[in-house]
Amino acid sequence: MASRKESGVSSSNTLDSPVKQIQIEGLVVLKIIKHYQEEGQGSEVVQGVLLGLVVEDRLEITNCFPFPQHTEEDADFDEVQYQMEMMRSLRHVNIDHLHVGWYQSTFYGSFVSRALLDSQFSYQHAIEESVVLIYDPIKTAQGSLSLKAYRLTPKLMEICKEKDFSAEGLKKAAVGYENMFEEVPIVIKNSHLISVLLWELEEKSTVPSKHELLSLSSSSSHLEKSLQMLMDRVDDMSQDIVKFNTFSRNTSKQQQQKHQYIQRRQQENTQRQSRGEPPLPEEDISKMFKPPQPPPRMDTLLIAGQINTYCQTVKEFTSQNLGKLFMAEALQGHNS
Amino acid sequence: MKYCPTCRGSCVKLSSSLASTLPPQTSRGRHLTRDFLWKNMAVYGPVVKIHPVVLASIADSYERRNEGATRVIGTILGTIDKHSVEITNCFSVPHNESEDEVAVDMEFAKNMYELHKKVSPSEAIVGWYATGFDITEHSVLIHEYYSREAQNPIHLTLDTTLQNGKMNVRAYVSAQMGVPGKTVGVMFTPLTVKHIYYDTERIGIDLLHTTCASPSRTNGLTSDLAQVGTSAARVQDMLTTVLAYIEDVLSGKVIADNSVGRCLMDLLNKVPFIPAEDFESMLNSNINDLLMVTYLTNLAQAQISLNEKLVVL
Repeated sequence: MASRKESGVSSSNTLDSPVKQIQIEGLVVLKIIKHYQEEGQGSEVVQGVLLGLVVEDRLEITNCFPFPQHTEEDADFDEVQYQMEMMRSLRHVNIDHLHVGWYQSTFYGSFVSRALLDSQFSYQHAIEESVVLIYDPIKTAQGSLSLKAYRLTPKLMEICKEKDFSAEGLKKAAVGYENMFEEVPIVIKNSHLISVLLWELEEKSTVPSKHELLSLSSSSSHLEKSLQMLMDRVDDMSQDIVKFNTFSRNTSKQQQQKHQYIQRRQQENTQRQSRGEPPLPEEDISKMFKPPQPPPRMDTLLIAGQINTYCQTVKEFTSQNLGKLFMAEALQGHNS
Repeated sequence: MKYCPTCRGSCVKLSSSLASTLPPQTSRGRHLTRDFLWKNMAVYGPVVKIHPVVLASIADSYERRNEGATRVIGTILGTIDKHSVEITNCFSVPHNESEDEVAVDMEFAKNMYELHKKVSPSEAIVGWYATGFDITEHSVLIHEYYSREAQNPIHLTLDTTLQNGKMNVRAYVSAQMGVPGKTVGVMFTPLTVKHIYYDTERIGIDLLHTTCASPSRTNGLTSDLAQVGTSAARVQDMLTTVLAYIEDVLSGKVIADNSVGRCLMDLLNKVPFIPAEDFESMLNSNINDLLMVTYLTNLAQAQISLNEKLVVL
């Protein structure tokens, strides 16, 4: 399978992961596209559940259903109940009812967030092989279906289990922003009947197939927006770095102060001893100098991951556009 | 009885009375076959626009039918306009059909509709679907039930048994017929069916279509640059076909068609004529922009990996 893996994936992880490939049916793709198109225009994300089964080392996704939007008015809306009812009903019509993951639409590629991490962790904890499918509608509208599947790496799973997000914990597990998510290659497979249907549609379709992919104008708006989001993230990152720097400076200052205090104490004690007075009681040093709170490292990691994703998308985009520009040049060359 | 010898019997046999109203051959000499009639028959009622996701859903539920069931039925949801009905979603409903009776799980249908409404409140029940080739007597009963749910429900059939070698999609509305006061029957009148797509759906369908070509019916999602490559190859194929046609016309093998000639002129004029230096400068500035962006993103990536290493120290 010649699908190019993102360079942010460490290849060693795919050996011990239970899922090496994802097989999606065409129906699922169409449903996800439709769900975003109809319900996702205003808000940020639309979500839904994936159903399917596991075959050897492949995860087959055969159906899906959408989740309603979270609105403030429906305070008594029970998500779990909706899910249970839906799955029970689908079981009646012989649709696979095994939960194998969930999907989410993304806005210009910004999906690496705490919420996603938590949800995916709870899914993966319950069901070993679950994945999250990220669907990018804006990129799809520009010519090529953008659907990616991610799982958490085993290392990250361990960290989440222990809820130890401090710097030492992360260092122990050696998790970098590149090892957070691993991308699983996707393959689309259709049954024979659906293939027949597709041929029928080809014949009868009145809308010509879209050649958006070759349009040069897609460069400006998409690129601008992506770069803007990248800049915002980099700003967040720099703020985080500043916080971390102040923290390390504070710790070192405190260390110094502690040292000085101990030294002074010792000096005084020796002086008093020489004068024959009782030495001062040793005070609890740790109570006097409370160590400053280390900033949480998880957010930095997430931001770094997000920046990485943005950079990847932008690079793919520029390579595509360079290709298109050279094609345009060739066309001009013939004319002039 | 007019009978067309060339179509070998697949034409509709016309009685002489009908022959006065319908010509046996159209002005272009096409013979009246069943399909042809179907496409041009009376279009009483709204136009039915179907999204591909509905058809794929129906085909999928047909594949998952219970043992012994010959067909599957379900509800279709959509929106109603003044002159058209747009069908955007559907779900299958379990039912049992035997020689003399039919049982449909109404509770289930209601429940599912409620659940679906939570996700998309704008979708309403517009009718029901059934797989299979023809309309049976049971369909009338089911149609009656659905008339209680929606005004003037639409009955959609998807021919999964592939009669005539095609998977036909047909839509009907019911109309009363017969003598008023005495037994009134129900007739299903056909409607025009159009396939419509959202832009993204079209792109999705194009991708799915590529799976039909490969023998294992699978296809991976390719990287971006490879996709530009495939699109370029497609354009190249189209250009080769056009060139072959032009060669044929020039050598006299094919008579030149003026409309095609005009299209070709349009095509050539679409490539804008820009003087060489201007084009060079435009190209260079664009390439420079893209290279700069690549450089900056690489820089950002190097930065965060450095930061990573420093923090871990």
